[in-house]
Amino acid sequence: MKLAIKLAIRNLIGAGLRTWLNVIVLSFSFVIIIFMKGILIGWDHQAKTDMTNYEIGGGQYWQNNYDPLDPFTLTDSHAAVPDAVKDEIAAGEMEPFLIVPGTIYPQGRLQSIVIKGINPHQKLFLLPTNRLDTVTGAIPAIIGSAMVKSLKASVGDQFTIRWRDKNGTFDADEIVICGIFSSNVPNIEAGQIYIPLEKLQSMMLMPGEATILTFRDSEKTRPSFDGWTLKTRSELTASVDNMIKTKTVGQTILYAILLLLAMLAIFDTQVLSIFRRQKEIGTYVALGYTRREVVGLFTVEGTMHAILAAFVSAAYGIPFLAWMAKNGWEMPIDTSEFGMAIAQTLYPVYSLGLIIGTVLILTTVTAVVSYWPSRRIAKMNPTEALRGKLQ
Amino acid sequence: MENSPIITIENLIKKFPMGKGDFTALRGINLTFTVGEFAGLIGPSGSGKTTLLNIVGSLDVPSSGKTIVLGKSVGSLSAKEAAGLRKTSLGFIFQSYNLLAVHTVFENVEFPLLLLNYSSSERKKMVMDSLEWVGLTDKVKSKPPQLSGGECQRVAIARAMVKKPSIVLADEPTANLDAANSHHILKTMETLNRELKTTFIFATHDDKVISYLRRKIFLLDGKIDHEEIKPN
Repeated sequence: MKLAIKLAIRNLIGAGLRTWLNVIVLSFSFVIIIFMKGILIGWDHQAKTDMTNYEIGGGQYWQNNYDPLDPFTLTDSHAAVPDAVKDEIAAGEMEPFLIVPGTIYPQGRLQSIVIKGINPHQKLFLLPTNRLDTVTGAIPAIIGSAMVKSLKASVGDQFTIRWRDKNGTFDADEIVICGIFSSNVPNIEAGQIYIPLEKLQSMMLMPGEATILTFRDSEKTRPSFDGWTLKTRSELTASVDNMIKTKTVGQTILYAILLLLAMLAIFDTQVLSIFRRQKEIGTYVALGYTRREVVGLFTVEGTMHAILAAFVSAAYGIPFLAWMAKNGWEMPIDTSEFGMAIAQTLYPVYSLGLIIGTVLILTTVTAVVSYWPSRRIAKMNPTEALRGKLQ
Repeated sequence: MENSPIITIENLIKKFPMGKGDFTALRGINLTFTVGEFAGLIGPSGSGKTTLLNIVGSLDVPSSGKTIVLGKSVGSLSAKEAAGLRKTSLGFIFQSYNLLAVHTVFENVEFPLLLLNYSSSERKKMVMDSLEWVGLTDKVKSKPPQLSGGECQRVAIARAMVKKPSIVLADEPTANLDAANSHHILKTMETLNRELKTTFIFATHDDKVISYLRRKIFLLDGKIDHEEIKPN
């Protein structure tokens, strides 16, 4: 094996440009696969972190009627906050949300929205709810940047807001935009307005009631309460997992194409080598190699492409991947309209497992692709190979 | 020792499949070679000299009959045993040199020693000794495409001789060389034969080579036609 490696290195260096072309193509596969996988891991990490920080905390209790995908359930999705969690709420470890449907009239237009009541003093989310702790003539509200775009609004703007209380009576008032936030989580921005919880409870005639209870600690064992459904953090981020899974399938096809291109180059080189280097094969046999050993030499030679590619990849890939990890990958279009938790700039995350796994997979595939055509050598007649006769 | 048989061939027949039948390349060859011979198989194309050389070199096997090389029956050797015999005891010189084009002269000559697991320092000494025999110590770093035909064949001789094999098999070694280079090569091989007692067997129809041979075996249509021995 040591000898095969030594000879393979000599042969590869001797083959010059042909070797380096294959190695460079293969190295692209290494770097692109690691980069794209890193982007997916980074996206997954970012999406879950942003969701945790802005939407789901460590998990939630949902009032039984609440269905975020069906706005018609919002009217009936409210219940008194269970007494058992009041201490946790007081300690700031749990935050109730009241969610109701409403309508606003920006610049005379009508727009259906979801009104969310939130504690202005909460510390569980990164939302700038302290802006709600103010005294104004209108109801203070904060909105997300996606909502700013659709309303064409800015801080200080006022709109009429209309809602229907618990008894079905319509009422209206003015709201004033006190703060704008940007979260990368479209679920909490699009079509939503945040106002103080107590204000919303009084508007709806629902004192002490909530739709969602979000808690901070995901590790703690949670009891069940009548009328409320526990949603763990992993259940709430399942949509991200599914999205990543879908993206992974798409990317796997891209990897397969990349790999196929690189492998085609290796396969081609091996086939060409076996035809062009018949005399050399015969010489190896005449000098004392068995045909199996020659197969081994050619396989090692092919596999060495992957090893060289790993080094070449490291030479330009490490600076490139490190630079991308630091500066991120700017999405070419506005991601706020994607409808999923995706930042405008994605920061790839590379694990040791990802790098070692990619290198091992590519090297194994290269070894197989190298061995496949080399098996033909085992069937060669050495006396004809010595004369360079095509077999 | 000099007269002890090193190769014994008894009733050797070699057939190759051709179309629906067989082509018989060797028809009942009986020969014995002893240590230190400088012999040649002489005959026109298709007379079977290269086939005989390939069988002696354990690159091919007889269809029937016996070929005993250094006490080993070529027909019954496994691929590994045959490779072992070539690796340790046989040297080959080919008409078209068969040097490894991407390796340097040094690496080409070193190759048989790598297979025999010599240490780096031993290899270096043996390679330089071998290149000195053929007068190419100044070309160690050159690659075959940078050498003339004569120099290439001298590298091939150095490669064949570096491990000091018992037998060197040379198939038309001067076919691609001019007269001056041919004589230079042949003189080198003759000197090595006398100094190292290596048995040389040539396959040739070149008069220049024939003039150097001490034993001439003339083949015709796969049979030994006659033999001539040069008096000392």
